[in-house]
Amino acid sequence: MDDLERIGESLQRGDHHAVAELTAAAIAAGVPAIEILERGLLAGMDVVGRRFGAHEIFLPEVLLAARAMKAGMDLVKPRLVSGAAPSRGTVVLGTVKGDVHDIGKNLVGIMLEGAGYEVVDLGTGVAADAFVETAIAREASVIGLSALLTTTMGGMREVVDRLRERDPERRIKVIVGGAPLTQAFADSIGADGYSWDAAGAVELVRRLLEAA
Amino acid sequence: MRALLDRVGAGETLCGDGAWGTQLMARGLAPGDGFEIFNATRPDLLAEIASSYLEAGAELVTTNTFGGSPLALATHGLDDRTEELNLAAVEAIRGAVAGRALISGSVGPTGRLLLPHGDTPPEIVLDGFRRQIAALVAAGADLVCIETMMDLEEARLAVRAAREVAAPVPVIATMTFDPTPRGFFTAMGVTVEQACRGLEEAGADLVGANCGHGIEAMVALAAVFAEHAHTPIVIQANAGLPEQRDGALHYPEDPAFMAARVPALLDLGVAVIGGCCGTGPEHIRAIRAAIDARRRRLS
Repeated sequence: MDDLERIGESLQRGDHHAVAELTAAAIAAGVPAIEILERGLLAGMDVVGRRFGAHEIFLPEVLLAARAMKAGMDLVKPRLVSGAAPSRGTVVLGTVKGDVHDIGKNLVGIMLEGAGYEVVDLGTGVAADAFVETAIAREASVIGLSALLTTTMGGMREVVDRLRERDPERRIKVIVGGAPLTQAFADSIGADGYSWDAAGAVELVRRLLEAA
Repeated sequence: MRALLDRVGAGETLCGDGAWGTQLMARGLAPGDGFEIFNATRPDLLAEIASSYLEAGAELVTTNTFGGSPLALATHGLDDRTEELNLAAVEAIRGAVAGRALISGSVGPTGRLLLPHGDTPPEIVLDGFRRQIAALVAAGADLVCIETMMDLEEARLAVRAAREVAAPVPVIATMTFDPTPRGFFTAMGVTVEQACRGLEEAGADLVGANCGHGIEAMVALAAVFAEHAHTPIVIQANAGLPEQRDGALHYPEDPAFMAARVPALLDLGVAVIGGCCGTGPEHIRAIRAAIDARRRRLS
């Protein structure tokens, strides 16, 4: 196992101290930030995402891995920006109005940032207009909506409807996620995509922007 | 109304009530600041919903306090009104219930993650549950219903809190499970076996599952509970996962569909059968009829 693989392995174990130490050491040794990100942090997160998708691990392990990912990202990110890695696009994220749950949304944010997207996180209880206005003002490519409650997921439709009024050419895409959601629900409100988990959300954003 | 534990101990199956959140929304209330504020502002609507469930045959009627722990209320800036809003929830329905059913004090998750996965220390969660449950029981709740839990540690803290502040009051503790190719797990990875052991050890009198993926998944889940639980089992199912239809949320499972699966739950010895998101009085009426049909056959 080389040093970068060791970063990924520590990340999978959720050991944020080890990830921070190993990342700092790699930076000090002159390893390019993009390589630390891709072969270390993202490679580790990729395994975590796959194991989560296979129901071998669950939220607790993913949360600890995400915390470790963030510990590494905090060190790597400033060097990425100066390393002229262009943003792949901007994603506006938030939990819809009436809903305060943000675990899944935060995971999606961390994964998207890791994959090179600019993330504007509006937090929880976000009104439809705030999603739409922020996405337009920030020239975002995607709006990501989250809800945990069956009683609040209805608010997603309002965001889609408002956005279509402001963006009739559908340049900005809407993706949705959350425990009670399904692909059928996403289709029924006219969203551009649905993902069951955070890794899938990153894949979905990539696909939508490639097709655009 | 005989006490819960006597009845389930004698092998009876009781009919729970249905959802509250979706019923409030059907009356035009938006969940913007959480549903618990309506305990203070619209007790008339709560009494109306309680009456509709009683009339449909519910033998347990739930309080509108799912998000009534101070940590959950804090997301709407209402944590300093914890005692008031939980008391008001019981008072709003007490008249309508009038001793004809048991008042079940609902306690849902705090919405916070415990250390080390999140930033919340267990003592704060425990203390919050103590405050909420003490208020519910002081106002006259006949039992405590801890529900929709995904983290076993948080669920156990709620059960412990109930045991500490209201020792003689029966405690139901249910968690929410997802079906996976590897079996049932909560979002936090808790198995049915772990849930049974952990909740019983913390002092729950009944254990089980609520919310979830509709009644058919609940029948499969109840079978796993029947293998592992040493206490009576509670099942409160969603009317399926919601879809959007004609501009409104639509829950796919109608009363007849859900009631048709009640005999399977009765075969597994489930002690309390009720509804969760998307179920209303008509679902409960159909579930009660299916329970009664079995009672008659046995008597």
